[in-house]
Amino acid sequence: MTFVKARCAGTATPLIDGVEKVTGRARFTADLPSREALVGRILRSPLAHGVIRAIDTARASALPGVRAVITGADCDVPYGVLPIAQNEYPLARERVRYVGEPIAAVAAVDEATAQAALDLISAVIDPLPAYFTAQNALADGATRLHENKQGNIERKVTQEFGDVEAGFKTADLVREAAYHYAEVTHAQMEPDCSLAEYDAERDRLTLHSTTQVPYYVHLMLAQCVKMDASRIRVVKPFVGGGFGHRTETLNFELIAGLLARAACGAVKLELSREETLLTHRGRPETDIRIRIGAKKTGELTAVDCEAIQRGGAYGGYGLVTILYSGALLHAIYRLPASRYHGLRVYANTPPCGAMRGHGSVDMRHAFESLLDELAEGLGLDAFALRRANLLEAPYRSINDLQVNSYGLGECLRRVEEASGWRERRGKLGRGRGLGLACSHYPSGAAKPVHWTGEPHAVVNLKLDFDGEVVALTGAADIGQGSSTLVAQVVADVLGLGIDRIRVVANDSAVTPKDNGSYSSRVSFMVGNAAIAAAQNLKKLLVEGAARKLEVSPADIECLGETYRVAGTDRMLAYQGAVAAALEDGGTIGVKGTYSTPPETQGGKFRGAAIGSSAAFSYAAQVVQVSVDEDTGAIRVEKVWVGHDCGFAINPLAVQGQVQGSVWMGMGQALSEETQYHEGRALRANLLDYRVPTIVESPPIEVHIVESLDPGGPLGAKEAGEGALAGFLPAFTNAVYDAVGLRLTELPASPDRVLEALQEKRRGERLKKAKAA
Amino acid sequence: MAFEYDISIDLFPEDPVALSPRAGREFASAVKEGRADARAEAEMAVKRLVSFVINGGRREDAVSDNLLLLDYLREVAGLTGTKRGCDGGECGACTVLVGDEPRLACLTLAASCEGRKIETIEALATHGRMSLLQRAFHEKLGAQCGYCTPGMIMAAEALLRRQGSPTEADIREALSGNICRCTGYVKIIESVQAAARGG
Repeated sequence: MTFVKARCAGTATPLIDGVEKVTGRARFTADLPSREALVGRILRSPLAHGVIRAIDTARASALPGVRAVITGADCDVPYGVLPIAQNEYPLARERVRYVGEPIAAVAAVDEATAQAALDLISAVIDPLPAYFTAQNALADGATRLHENKQGNIERKVTQEFGDVEAGFKTADLVREAAYHYAEVTHAQMEPDCSLAEYDAERDRLTLHSTTQVPYYVHLMLAQCVKMDASRIRVVKPFVGGGFGHRTETLNFELIAGLLARAACGAVKLELSREETLLTHRGRPETDIRIRIGAKKTGELTAVDCEAIQRGGAYGGYGLVTILYSGALLHAIYRLPASRYHGLRVYANTPPCGAMRGHGSVDMRHAFESLLDELAEGLGLDAFALRRANLLEAPYRSINDLQVNSYGLGECLRRVEEASGWRERRGKLGRGRGLGLACSHYPSGAAKPVHWTGEPHAVVNLKLDFDGEVVALTGAADIGQGSSTLVAQVVADVLGLGIDRIRVVANDSAVTPKDNGSYSSRVSFMVGNAAIAAAQNLKKLLVEGAARKLEVSPADIECLGETYRVAGTDRMLAYQGAVAAALEDGGTIGVKGTYSTPPETQGGKFRGAAIGSSAAFSYAAQVVQVSVDEDTGAIRVEKVWVGHDCGFAINPLAVQGQVQGSVWMGMGQALSEETQYHEGRALRANLLDYRVPTIVESPPIEVHIVESLDPGGPLGAKEAGEGALAGFLPAFTNAVYDAVGLRLTELPASPDRVLEALQEKRRGERLKKAKAA
Repeated sequence: MAFEYDISIDLFPEDPVALSPRAGREFASAVKEGRADARAEAEMAVKRLVSFVINGGRREDAVSDNLLLLDYLREVAGLTGTKRGCDGGECGACTVLVGDEPRLACLTLAASCEGRKIETIEALATHGRMSLLQRAFHEKLGAQCGYCTPGMIMAAEALLRRQGSPTEADIREALSGNICRCTGYVKIIESVQAAARGG
């Protein structure tokens, strides 16, 4: 018998589903056995904007081997992730609004037949004026994409906190700048895929899909396929990344369900890489103008900013994105006054949505870039300026965000030391430089988008005669390691080894509803629920052991594999405690829940829920670059990042998440952008959409800072998004240090950098000539 | 003014979606010409009997001349460990070994591998033991979502067969055609280095 309680939390733990991934045994949606399934295919709009006059599917339907052909006429219910902004149909009805929008779909016995059937569909579409930039869509007299949205404005946000004008008056220095950010996309490795099986005899539908939120897919399927939710089962198999692409129900999932029902059978709908990139939901093209005031000491006095986002053709998460941009100006530094104008604009491009660092990334770049300019203007070091504005937890920001733990100061200290900032800055030689920036992110939205009043997270545990603890969770592991985290914390509470725990996740027939993997909510919320469930189970085991040993439960000491009467050598092995606990009622099922405390759910103003969170993560990073002034090519040589994740339940996964987010920020800073010509995507593949390869990816040194959040599971907070936003400004600040150039447009592709360098030299020459 | 938009015209000449397998395109045009026997004709696409040694076992299958090795492995041989991540040669997720050399199965015709030795991710674990690379990728978190992992490990396997102790630069070069979107590659490099050291 072992008397040492196992500690699973806080220990570097390989993923519990990692063996399947490295051996090829992991089944992703496209890998599921589907020999009987029909092949689904989608016909997409060739026009960016137009009125659908007619779609003729007769020839396609008549083709031998075709089992179903559907169009917008087959689904008249709109869908969308926000209950108040549902304006999209699985297949376009009446109008098409972007090139690539689904207009019809077929299910056929094989791929060749499905493709042939698509070729036999003809459509009559009257073109309408189309807009590919926010400015054009906003222009006077522009045709409305959606009749109820005047001026193509999806959402206008105006928020002011504190006295902004007074703030600027007390400032010793005010700086202003404008920035432009290209649209970027998730480019997760697994293309979109759904397998829908309709059981006509019983009128039941089962959908396996590449999703981050099976619950939303379940809701929208019931709505659009018009079936009672209880007749639908949604399963998430292994999923190859998400980064936000899969946080809302996507058209292909609904199309798969509609096709399966129309064909009375199973349909596999596998999208190509191009179709996956057109499905998009990425970070919008954004223009930002920002003005910040600071005192000589570096203390910030006010910020005034404006963001315009080209949201694409449909609502999706749009209004959340534009609200996040303003809300997350706060809760990182002391900021006594702020004004924010946000404009989310409809245009004839694929819809944008949530992408890692949702809403915060471009604004954080603008803010931290301008901080660098202020620091220089005030003769302060970049670290000193940020230190002048640190918070002290607990803290409530002027827009009512509640900060209960705050490790940014320690993050700064760690990266300052690790990067050798004091000794090395300014001494790296021409063309090389160091830059600093900070960032933060919520650990889950304190109010979910589908507000039902239910707990934010529920975890069930099952314990039976075999002694295995089965954790049932709806948390979607998409590679970040959420299933491993659930196993770790349950094992930790029960004092068991992680091998005693089995996690069953994401099958609506078995697992509890969960709001899914987005806004970095899982570690915090599902972690807390899992701990609560394990504590409930432990109580039953202790009571069982107490009955067996004929003592009071208070006398029982739980050592995991042993339950002992404290201070004696009377004890029961774990299996004995399990048997004793099962004696009266048989199989045990317990649950744990978590809800965010009301004081963390934001203020009372319109849009206040967005940005509110029970805990914020913090990150500081130093980036080292070298700039080739002849070619405009920039190389990122090294990154040092300090991330305050509260407590690292799985330090291995925290490192992996922080490295992944820093690197994804690097992609946006360096090379990634979607691009359209008259609405047609020019980079809808993984060669032209330039995700960094292993060759240009730098070493990323992670320093974990643990501020122990009072509400977090064992003190933990999020680790998967917070460090992303900081990369971009740390990078451009490093470029300034290297060659004296302020980059205001990203990505910093060589052509842009070269042009900016030439512009700068021309300016310098003119200045010299004038002086002479 | 309304105009008839004939979708049957190839609207996306460079669009991989429209570039269906040849049989599909021939079929479609035959159907449009009103040829009733189009389906049967399409099905008569040339097939040949091809033999391979896949993961140590001999196999013989009738494959059509345009069948990609990726589709052959996944759909005929049932080896779904090899992944499709793109529309052709962009991402490396389908990397397999053909006679010890890394090859993109999505750009390789199955029929061109006649008589060759083909190895996929499923071949590496033997008798319930993961290979050194697999163990390293698992223990060092070289795999997060796991979708690029089979291709990544096969490309690394080819490297380690060529070169027992590669430098970091060698590793970067050998894996330069394999995209990972989760890890930032840091732990992938560490995994390959650990495997090269012997675990």
